Amino acid sequence: MGARKIYLDNNATTPCDPRVVDAMVPYFFEHHGNAASRNHPFGWEAEEAVDYAREQVAKLLGADEKEIIFTSGATESDNLAIKGVFDMYSRKGNHIITVKTEHKAVLDTCNKLEKHGAEVTYLNVQPDGLIDLAELEAAIKPNTILVSVMWANNETGVIQPMKEIGQICEKHGVLFFSDATQAVGKIKTHPREVGVHIMAFTAHKMYGPKGVGALYVSRKSPRVKVTAQMDGGGHERGMRSGTLNVPGIVGLGKAAEIAMQEMEQDAARLSRLRDKLEQGFKEMEEIYINGNVEHRMPHVTNISFKHVEGEGLMMTFNQEIALSSGSACTSASLEPSYVLVALGLGDDLAHSSLRFSLGRFTTEADVDYALEAVKKGVNHMRDLSPIWEMYKEGVDLTKIEWAEH
Amino acid sequence: MAYSNKVLEHFQNPRNVGTLDKSKKNVGTGLVGAPECGDVMRLQIEVDEATGVIQDAKFKTFGCGSAIASSSLATEWLKGKSVEDAMKIDNMDIVEELALPPVKIHCSVLAEDAIKAAIADYKQKNGVEVASEATA
Repeated sequence: MGARKIYLDNNATTPCDPRVVDAMVPYFFEHHGNAASRNHPFGWEAEEAVDYAREQVAKLLGADEKEIIFTSGATESDNLAIKGVFDMYSRKGNHIITVKTEHKAVLDTCNKLEKHGAEVTYLNVQPDGLIDLAELEAAIKPNTILVSVMWANNETGVIQPMKEIGQICEKHGVLFFSDATQAVGKIKTHPREVGVHIMAFTAHKMYGPKGVGALYVSRKSPRVKVTAQMDGGGHERGMRSGTLNVPGIVGLGKAAEIAMQEMEQDAARLSRLRDKLEQGFKEMEEIYINGNVEHRMPHVTNISFKHVEGEGLMMTFNQEIALSSGSACTSASLEPSYVLVALGLGDDLAHSSLRFSLGRFTTEADVDYALEAVKKGVNHMRDLSPIWEMYKEGVDLTKIEWAEH
Repeated sequence: MAYSNKVLEHFQNPRNVGTLDKSKKNVGTGLVGAPECGDVMRLQIEVDEATGVIQDAKFKTFGCGSAIASSSLATEWLKGKSVEDAMKIDNMDIVEELALPPVKIHCSVLAEDAIKAAIADYKQKNGVEVASEATA
């Protein structure tokens, strides 16, 4: 089929918007100054550019620019938030509550803190991916210092009841942190509106460059502080040292500005395309949509094609179409997606899942082509699949004693 | 992770996909793996009872490209071999032929298991003693 390449993996990363790169370029060359150089125009220009970007980002969040700390990305922001709170509020307590479906940047950080005396509760989710609010409230104790819940899940797109969680945290005087990487720039994410006190996100999920992100840290009611995890110079109000990535930050600012202007129409267009894709697949047999379909990002669908393995399926079209799968074969650890397993899917459906995440540059033609190609791939793989044959013959697969290796 | 050309070739043109009549006395069926593991292979052999030579072999696999390639290759190798020679097929032969990376070696192991399971089933149906680890 030649050169055509269709990218439907925007949750993994997004291409830069050309307008973002245009804004960045001068800061690699003629305006290359260090924003901390106080004594000459190169430094002043760089500082001005950073300040402007800070305002652009703050605007997107409905926040004050003093509440934005620039980092190298969401993973660093997650680490700074969780470890930073743990260090800063250690006299208040050591208990953190988070959720089993969080990104590894949160889970691994919590794991690490457990070795340093933290007590962590990992909440389960319901089959649709949402947490149980009563369970959350019941888990809060006098020594709880932080609740960490992601705004939108990277694999399923499921959006948690943020306002309700915020209310519970407010009631019990606990800080609320959200890894909002998959939501910022795509749907409205105003932390103050929902009671989020600290929020992490990155540029490369919103058509900005990789290697730059930010952490929102509330300055007023409550005034939150996080202990720096990167020391050396006291940049970013002493919360994150290190020479600022000026071009990256300019890019993040521009991406935020564009998102503010175009987010709503992007979401409307993409949700229509996503629904078209989903409807197309629903015409097939043994198809399962994973995650709550109402409280979900507009551009994502995670679908299991029963009796077909994800990596094999992707091989039928991956020269032309980029997607992700929850199959063990696609992960470095050879474990199936822990998010899908937490939803109670069962490993076989986790192995059979594909994640479609559309983006600003996805066209309707892309979606139409992908729908046909994936359907064709599924049918081809089902022709090769012994368990599809058994299912068609009416064999109850749950009753088979598999000779596992 | 890039696939080897051989794996791609088998994946795009799998050999001997299909189903043999498992009720026939000279057909042996091996079903190995489990859906929860993301790998299920069904390998079948049809043996000429007079000569003990495998005349036909068919497979179906639920699994990744390397798993499909491994089982497809297995059926190719089985055809024309005696049952005894077929028992000697080792998973590392498959790894070498397909240039499987370390993370995919288990696919070749499953294919070897499938071969041995099919042979064990055939032998059992024909009243021949079966070594106990063949059906593990």
